[in-house]
Amino acid sequence: MRALRPLVILCGLVLLWQALVWLTAAPHYILPDPLRVGTALVERWPFLWGHALVTAAEIVLGLLLGTLLGCLTALTLIALPPARRWLMPMLVVSQAIPVFALAPVLVLWLGYGLASKVAMATLIIYFPVTAAFFDGLRRTETGWLDLARSLDARPARILWHLRVPAALPALGSGVRIASAVAPIGAVVGEWVGSSAGLGYLMLQSVGRGKTDLMFAALLLLAVFAVLLYELVDWSLKRAIYWQRETAVA
Amino acid sequence: MKPSGGQTAPSIALRGAHLAFEGEPLFEDLALDLPAGEITCLLGPSGVGKSSLLRLIAGLAEGAGGRVEDGGGRSLTGRVAYMAQQDLLLPWLKVRDNLLLGPRLRGEAVTQALRDRAAGLLARVGLEGRSEALPRALSGGMRQRCALARTLMEERPVVLMDEPFSAVDAITRHELQDLAAGLLAARTVFLVTHDPAEALRLGHRIHVMAGRPARLDEALLPPGAPPRPLGDPACTGLLAELMARLSSAKRAVNRSGDQEAAE
Repeated sequence: MRALRPLVILCGLVLLWQALVWLTAAPHYILPDPLRVGTALVERWPFLWGHALVTAAEIVLGLLLGTLLGCLTALTLIALPPARRWLMPMLVVSQAIPVFALAPVLVLWLGYGLASKVAMATLIIYFPVTAAFFDGLRRTETGWLDLARSLDARPARILWHLRVPAALPALGSGVRIASAVAPIGAVVGEWVGSSAGLGYLMLQSVGRGKTDLMFAALLLLAVFAVLLYELVDWSLKRAIYWQRETAVA
Repeated sequence: MKPSGGQTAPSIALRGAHLAFEGEPLFEDLALDLPAGEITCLLGPSGVGKSSLLRLIAGLAEGAGGRVEDGGGRSLTGRVAYMAQQDLLLPWLKVRDNLLLGPRLRGEAVTQALRDRAAGLLARVGLEGRSEALPRALSGGMRQRCALARTLMEERPVVLMDEPFSAVDAITRHELQDLAAGLLAARTVFLVTHDPAEALRLGHRIHVMAGRPARLDEALLPPGAPPRPLGDPACTGLLAELMARLSSAKRAVNRSGDQEAAE
């Protein structure tokens, strides 16, 4: 039953969609039925797949870059307390500016290509990753730190062998959130200005009345986002193999 | 006296120990002597400052002050091992790597000799064949034995233990006490506990800490070498005396609490 559940949910949603089409009697350029979208998906597959790869590249690169920058910032904040006084206010201010409002500027500076979308995705996940990891690094169990001190541990070793592994479950939560929001950054970036990608394709399709193609692109985006999240979640569970115990303790 | 393979166990003198909590002195100008190669136990009501006193000797107490020296007036730096109530095993490290935490955190090379020593200690605490296991695969008693092995891994002549066996069941605690008494022989040990029976099994000397600011009473010296068997008639008599000292200590804490409430 457990394995069947997603399939049942999927069928239910498709039926609901079809029911909505029947009930509202909406024309196909407003709300296409599942069959029409499915047909578009199959017939335009190579075209859709090309755009999907562009968006996927933006999302994955943004996720990697944002996670890397977030980790480096959190480590700097914890390792250099004087830097904290300068970096923290900047971090908070950077979050007060809505990332979406920056999209036009990023496109202006970085162009219509990959770079501006990667920058958007990076920006949108940078803060959750930094905040989660920094929080984890600050909350190392005091007993462990006492033990380390009694063992005459070197500060750099405490950071690397104690604080960082102890903060990995917290970083994991940040990266999970990041993998869920990274697609938003990439797609918004594409909406503002681009020449390829699923977000670009969606805007173009709506503009030309090809709503079925728009839905097909949306479907593809949703599937990719879910797969990405599941992959990240699975990898994190493997990498942080002791987490279940920590969660219970 | 020398613990196996280690340095000579020193006697320890603590003088002028003081600690204030929210402006009120928990203890001030306290003196304590730990004879070389003996187990000194400290009992007392909760919140009297037992753990703070231990942490002061371990060099871990924030806000507390006092002079801690060995019999020759030298500092104890690098000669003290610390064991807490929680096992403090790192969940991401295998049992063996938890034992090798000290060298790892000091940036020393983990040599084959160290690995062999870890394996030997694991065997002595009854954890042979478990060196590749993660802590979560161990029971509470096994985890505490692993923590004991990690403490002994350091080969330090002074061992400070803060209620090390209080989180395990009675049978396991009894086994751990036997094991600890054997493995800690010839080290200078300071053991904070809330269990008078444990103090009577393990302690060469037993102090009760009481009052506010807290004082230490004259040490009780149970006859015979630890670990003493349960039901030892000499111990049974001393247990009654210890219980009397502890309940009067507890009444004193309650009285001072009432006074504070009245003020």
